[in-house]
Amino acid sequence: MNNSEEASSGYSAAAEVGLKRKRRTRFERMRIGLGKAPLSAWFGMIVVSAYVIVALFAPLFAPFGEADIFPTPYAPWGGEHFFGTDQIGRDILTRMIYGARNTMGIALVTTFLSFLIGGTLGLVAAISRGWVDQLLSRFVDVLMAIPSLIFALMLLSIFGSTISSLIIIIAVLDSTRVFRLTRSVAVNVVVMDYVEAARLRGEKLGWIMRREILPNIMPPLIAEFGLRFSFVFLTIAALSFLGVGIQPPTADWGSMVRENASLIQFAKYDMKAAMTPLLPAAAIALLTVAVNFIVDWFLHQTSGLRDDG
Amino acid sequence: MHPVLSTVLKRVGLGIVTLVIVSAIIFSSVSLLPGDFGESVLGQAATEDTVAAFRKELGLDEPAITRYFNWLGAAVKGDFGTSFSGRSASGVDRSRSVASLVGPRLYNTLFLAGVTAIVAVPLALILGLTAALYRNSFYDRSINAVTLTTIATPEFFVAYILILLLSSLWPVFPSLANISEATPLLERLNKIALPALTLTLVIVAHMMRMTRAAIINLLSSPYIEMAQLKGATRSEIILKHALPNAWAPIATVVAFNLAFLVVGVVVVEVVFVYPGIGQLMVDAVTTRDIPVVQACALIFAATYIVLNLIADVIGIVSNPRLLHPR
Repeated sequence: MNNSEEASSGYSAAAEVGLKRKRRTRFERMRIGLGKAPLSAWFGMIVVSAYVIVALFAPLFAPFGEADIFPTPYAPWGGEHFFGTDQIGRDILTRMIYGARNTMGIALVTTFLSFLIGGTLGLVAAISRGWVDQLLSRFVDVLMAIPSLIFALMLLSIFGSTISSLIIIIAVLDSTRVFRLTRSVAVNVVVMDYVEAARLRGEKLGWIMRREILPNIMPPLIAEFGLRFSFVFLTIAALSFLGVGIQPPTADWGSMVRENASLIQFAKYDMKAAMTPLLPAAAIALLTVAVNFIVDWFLHQTSGLRDDG
Repeated sequence: MHPVLSTVLKRVGLGIVTLVIVSAIIFSSVSLLPGDFGESVLGQAATEDTVAAFRKELGLDEPAITRYFNWLGAAVKGDFGTSFSGRSASGVDRSRSVASLVGPRLYNTLFLAGVTAIVAVPLALILGLTAALYRNSFYDRSINAVTLTTIATPEFFVAYILILLLSSLWPVFPSLANISEATPLLERLNKIALPALTLTLVIVAHMMRMTRAAIINLLSSPYIEMAQLKGATRSEIILKHALPNAWAPIATVVAFNLAFLVVGVVVVEVVFVYPGIGQLMVDAVTTRDIPVVQACALIFAATYIVLNLIADVIGIVSNPRLLHPR
């Protein structure tokens, strides 16, 4: 009976087996994946791309120059200055837009650097094992025993708060977390036969790292990149807020919160003005939430993680 | 030796080693100072002699190892040297000892952290338990969403929103927590209400999620399934079967979050101008007052390490596999 039904609809198992499987292009697979993305991931992606566009084309969007000073400090919202001006008369909207560029740019460079340091050392530790692994791992353990904000504060007091020292200090401190993750994912791959084969073939450390192991540990590393980025971003914002991070006249969101904080006291008289210090703070929070949404979705996609844990 | 004891001793030993190494790192940071630091502290007008005397006081003319042990020995006794500020080029020394700067502020910080912990720990445990109990309900989902948002937002955002709502629009609490030693307890509590609330919101979010995860993790074990199959109710399962075994992970969660609280305190103290050790450290960083920075960093790091150590020891001691070895 089955046979006759199938025959009438023209189905043939042999034909299906014989079909040449069409391979989807990377673009097609991406589109299908995106189509299935939940609302939160879409929200995250839209927010992040909006931020990126604003950061890239900051001079086009900004009505004034980054450090232009106008005669009225603390001007109210509306009129010439959409979000008013700050304590020395700089346009808030302009500084918000340039702040996107500075804060995100610095956080991005820092995260890349920390992945370069932590990822490379993590792979080296996982591949070479033995005393190299022991030495690096114990060293990282000690560094991680100090809370990173405290450590960063201490190092900044020694090296001074320049942008380059800020980037290097946070990148080094953050690379310890990257090291841990890279090493722990990579040790599972290092024991695979194909790595052994590459070794026997006489490949050098660099080849094994880049061509054998790295492609196989990419998904967790990409997810970690998102998380580390938001962490670094928050750390830089916190340090700038404390006055020891990005220094004026460079616009950034952390110090903008601090500079305009006193406006909150006037909430009863001018609600809009009181919102001014909350704008950069909200911009920081929104970006972190958006990145977290995307990472969540990405982790679901790549590892089938369920969130009932 | 009993396996638990030996494991605990090993962990404590490791903690002590970590502390020593961390203190060495903090100490050796001074030797990273640029060479002209004496002049930058004392001012351009400082004579050769005063700079030399200052360098000698820092001990830069002695070998590093000797200096380290001198410093560590004094630090254990509570003597962290004298602050850099208050010195002048003429050699007049109005600087205060670091211990006298840190002491009262350390008490203030511990007071704030203590009040926060008293409020936050029970609250987080109750929320975590009930969220696990009514898993996937509307209650659970909304708590989940709120805590996720609090975790992802910087502390100062939470702090300023609270100031806007509870101090500026509806003046319930003061927005400045400028207490002094003479402030009576009730007024003190009123003044630290907002900072404590900010810290509570941040800490509870972490702690509650970890408690929920610990309980839910337990709920997937076979003996819980057994209890379900014999017909025990949901609250019976959680309170009678899961909770006794969850104390260890929960205690770890609490200790871990108290360690986290130590760090979160820095930003919150600056927002509310609270005279605590976090604000002292930030001020010292801006003025590059290295002895004060070192003392604060050592205190923060030691608290963090010790709390993490306690978390681990609780985890070891309450592990049934270690308590009843085969």
